[in-house]
Amino acid sequence: MSITPEHPAALDRRTVLRRAAAVGMLATPAIGLLSACATSGGDEENEQVAGGTKSATNPLGVKDDAPIEVVIFNGGYGEKYATDVHEPLYKKAFPKAEIKHQSTQAISTILQPRFASGKPPEFVNNSGEKLMDFGALVADGQLQDLTELWDAPSVDDPAKKVRDTVVPGTIEAGSFNGKPYVLYYVSTVFGIWYSGKLFKDNGWAPAKTWDEFITLLTAIKAKGITPYGYAGANAAYYQWNVILTQAAKIGGVEVLKNIDNLEDGAWKQDAVKQAATAWAEVGSKFIDKSFEGLKHTDVQLRQNQYKVGLYPSGDWLEGEQKKDTPSGFEYQLMPVPSLTASDKLPATALRATAGEGYFVSAKSANPKGGLEYMRQMLSKAGAKGFTEVVKAPTVVTAGSEGFAFPPGVASSQAALKAAGQDVFNLYFDGWYKELDTEARTATNELMFGRINADAYLERIQKRADAIKKDSSVAKFKR
Amino acid sequence: MRHGKYPFVIGFLFAPVTLYVVFVIAPYAQAFQISMTNWRGLSAPQWVGFDNYRRLLDDGAFWKAVQHHGVLLLALPLITIAIALFFAFLLNVGGKSSGGQRQGVWGAKFYRVVFFFPQVLAVAIIAVLFQMVYRPNESGLINGVLMKLGFDPVLFLVRPNLALWSIIAVLVWQAVGFYVVLFSAGMASIPGEIYEAAEMDGATKVTLFFRVTLPLLWDTLQVAWVYLGIAAFDAFAIVAVLSVDGGGPDGATTVLAMEIYRNAFVYSKYGYASAMGVALFFLTLTFAALTLRLSKRESVEY
Repeated sequence: MSITPEHPAALDRRTVLRRAAAVGMLATPAIGLLSACATSGGDEENEQVAGGTKSATNPLGVKDDAPIEVVIFNGGYGEKYATDVHEPLYKKAFPKAEIKHQSTQAISTILQPRFASGKPPEFVNNSGEKLMDFGALVADGQLQDLTELWDAPSVDDPAKKVRDTVVPGTIEAGSFNGKPYVLYYVSTVFGIWYSGKLFKDNGWAPAKTWDEFITLLTAIKAKGITPYGYAGANAAYYQWNVILTQAAKIGGVEVLKNIDNLEDGAWKQDAVKQAATAWAEVGSKFIDKSFEGLKHTDVQLRQNQYKVGLYPSGDWLEGEQKKDTPSGFEYQLMPVPSLTASDKLPATALRATAGEGYFVSAKSANPKGGLEYMRQMLSKAGAKGFTEVVKAPTVVTAGSEGFAFPPGVASSQAALKAAGQDVFNLYFDGWYKELDTEARTATNELMFGRINADAYLERIQKRADAIKKDSSVAKFKR
Repeated sequence: MRHGKYPFVIGFLFAPVTLYVVFVIAPYAQAFQISMTNWRGLSAPQWVGFDNYRRLLDDGAFWKAVQHHGVLLLALPLITIAIALFFAFLLNVGGKSSGGQRQGVWGAKFYRVVFFFPQVLAVAIIAVLFQMVYRPNESGLINGVLMKLGFDPVLFLVRPNLALWSIIAVLVWQAVGFYVVLFSAGMASIPGEIYEAAEMDGATKVTLFFRVTLPLLWDTLQVAWVYLGIAAFDAFAIVAVLSVDGGGPDGATTVLAMEIYRNAFVYSKYGYASAMGVALFFLTLTFAALTLRLSKRESVEY
């Protein structure tokens, strides 16, 4: 009896079970057969539906009655924007298509087996703590190239391509080695947050230079409030983000580009060293040591209780803390201050990007439907609807027009406008999860005073070098 | 009769053996197979031979985890068994004897239930509970009291040389109840006459414990040691939920299962994670075999 299949793809579940049963009886080890169980992904693929006819209202050529499955991460933004706004828009455009909606808080738990068995859903909101590794998905050819979507005419104005309706940098944020694979939909601005009320009551003003910043921290400390804090237990990346933002302001955008591209010695660039040294000092003088053992929600709550002055985060913070924020607190953003007078970028420069990733599975049954779903999301109605439901701005430029944002997002939008062209982003944490982990751990070591800036850069550089040499990790460039 | 024996036996064995092979043996075997590949969890894996194992040799996090298992392996069984024995002795034979029958201390029945409580709670709940206990500021159970009394807070999970011991304390707290019950059952089966005879010869409680209870409990102790040893190779849930920065600070509390989890589900390196899993498998197996071999000793018949 030969139990090693020539083509694992030819095995159906019944044969597997029947043969496994036979193995059980005969107690014959059959490793070859086992490869048909968990790791057979990619061998058997979905049969993809044929395209429909292209027309002015259907530029991507979607088959109008092909079903589409939508999986939404049910986190900070909930799922209502999908069920109440985007799915109805798709349904309106293609009344005959059936939409299967699913939402979860653990994307990879639900989807890993779907990908491994070669039957992924069309449209996925890949986000949250258990998101699937974008780099691995791209490297395995699981993601649909979005070039066709970006070049398609937009829903509202057929004369305008979709790529011209979004804020600059959106497509780059979702590109891997120059090819767009991910739609990052929510406009995100990073900075340091404070309470407008606390500052007004005490006559404090946001700092633009480093001297002002230290003076401000000292003044807050004198009031008996912890001047600055981040959560070491699970959110150390909020802090490496600040350090690298500082480095980019000192040495220019190239500094971050070198880090992302794993250039030799990228972490030891002088700008990064200056930034790390300056922030290590903030850590030694102005952070409460106990914050290393707290989670982000704990520290954020303390800020809401006026026990913490400044807290680094992205502009999802205001929405996340909505329940705990006392009335009149008034979140405000201040960009990371300049370190020296000779900084390459001005004080207004900041890190901003598009966040919250969505992708279309290349190996799903109806990838065209997924692309069309994205086109509908990027319409004015789709973006406006999203902003109204979740109170966050999207990357669609016309989507936030006339919408009155709460004070925090209003201040971050104003800061983004003030920054003009001096907006930058970084990507290494999405590309190389291991480097992100190492940077987090090392940042705690630095900020809570166990190592100095040199040792900090030394150990992250070492990990970056190891990743560069590791042939099993897919590499990305920008 | 003899004629129909084998079909009969096979008929009974078929279902359980099949289930066992499909759901236990096959995944185990497959872990060995995956550990030889660089599978990312999505498309077909590529064979890389022993590369993953070679990489393990100079992976700092891996060796740190192994080292922690060493500490756990000594500390967890020793502390747990010592405490559990002490409590079980008090609960069963520590009190006065009435009518020739050894009794536990006053309220023994109540304590027995209380000691068992942690065993009833899910591990994740215990971890969350101890997050509150260890919290490094005034809202923590221990530090709240300390700070009220004017002391500085103790940063249990944050100080690198204290973090692992804080975790061990939780593991011990959780395990003791079960072993109190296990040892109680063992002690209950020791005949009262032996104690009586020893007492008549003038033995103190301490002598009773070391010369009577302990030798007669040897088999139970051995089982406890193996169980606790195997538990020392796990500790994943407590570390994952309780520790700072997932096995931190800077890997000070990490364990193999934590590293396996991180490599598989964060870095998508399923092949490498499987290699760690295989290493863990052999470590556990070696430990169990060694313990059973070393602690082999004539058990006393009574």
